Amino acid sequence: MNDLIQAVSIFSAALAVGLGAIGPGLGEGRAVASAMEAIARQPEAAGTISRTLFVGLAMIETMAIYCLVVALLVLFANPFIK
Amino acid sequence: MKSPLTLEPLFHLGPVGITSPVVVSWGVVAMLGGLSALLTRRLSLIPSRSQEALELLVTTIDSQIRDTMQSDPAPFRALIGSIFLFTLASNWSSLLPGVEPPTAHIETDAAMALIVFVATIAWGIRVRGLGGYLATFAEPTWAMIPLNIVEQFTRTFSLIVRLFGNVMSGVFVIGIILTLAGLIVPIPLMALDLLTGTVQAYIFAVLASVFIGAAVGERGRPPPSGAPQGATK
Repeated sequence: MNDLIQAVSIFSAALAVGLGAIGPGLGEGRAVASAMEAIARQPEAAGTISRTLFVGLAMIETMAIYCLVVALLVLFANPFIK
Repeated sequence: MKSPLTLEPLFHLGPVGITSPVVVSWGVVAMLGGLSALLTRRLSLIPSRSQEALELLVTTIDSQIRDTMQSDPAPFRALIGSIFLFTLASNWSSLLPGVEPPTAHIETDAAMALIVFVATIAWGIRVRGLGGYLATFAEPTWAMIPLNIVEQFTRTFSLIVRLFGNVMSGVFVIGIILTLAGLIVPIPLMALDLLTGTVQAYIFAVLASVFIGAAVGERGRPPPSGAPQGATK
């Protein structure tokens, strides 16, 4: 039974990170593309735009990091493995 | 494989177990403190090279705080600057062989995020008064009160997890590549880690100033056009 739970845990950890990275990846791509466009249109606002961009990217990236933490919990701190 | 979530104490100081991140962060604090004491010992009006570098750093931090909070950076310089420098030095401490950055363990990040959490409440109460600070929870309407209270905790939690996840995943990936490929191969990833460490230190400091700035409030200033005021998650 424990072996089965371990196998399922490893599979679900991979699934969590793999699927969870799709959304933030797409989102970050869109954010960076819009920021590039904005900087190209208004180069004098580059400082403000890039600062806001970095903070926004960190927000988006947090979603992927959450998935990573869930995967780590499943792998290393799984409450169902004795 | 060693779990990144658990820690073994290195040695015991009385009943208290001392782990390696604690020792490394002591080293970082001693280095930063010693360096600042050394560099500010002989300040003069005609600055030497080291004083110029230090002034450049402080002015940069000041201008970033001013841009984010749209107010005078003097009262916040000590907290935000220390957070930035400590996080940066901790993230980069992995450059020394055999040292694991203390921010790769969740306890260090939790300690720093708790400092930010307490500082946010303290500044809010100090500037607006207790009633005024509690009234900000009812903005824009009273129906937002539960959400605003939950937000206080979730944003602190995401502050912890963001720094922990980024730094820890860097350490983890380097470890895995090292076991799979060998000695020289992880060097580009370590260079990427330096970039991630800088960006995360910057983001931690910016988010701390955004939170404190939101608690302190506008105080009659014109609304900032580009500052990330709505950034809360």
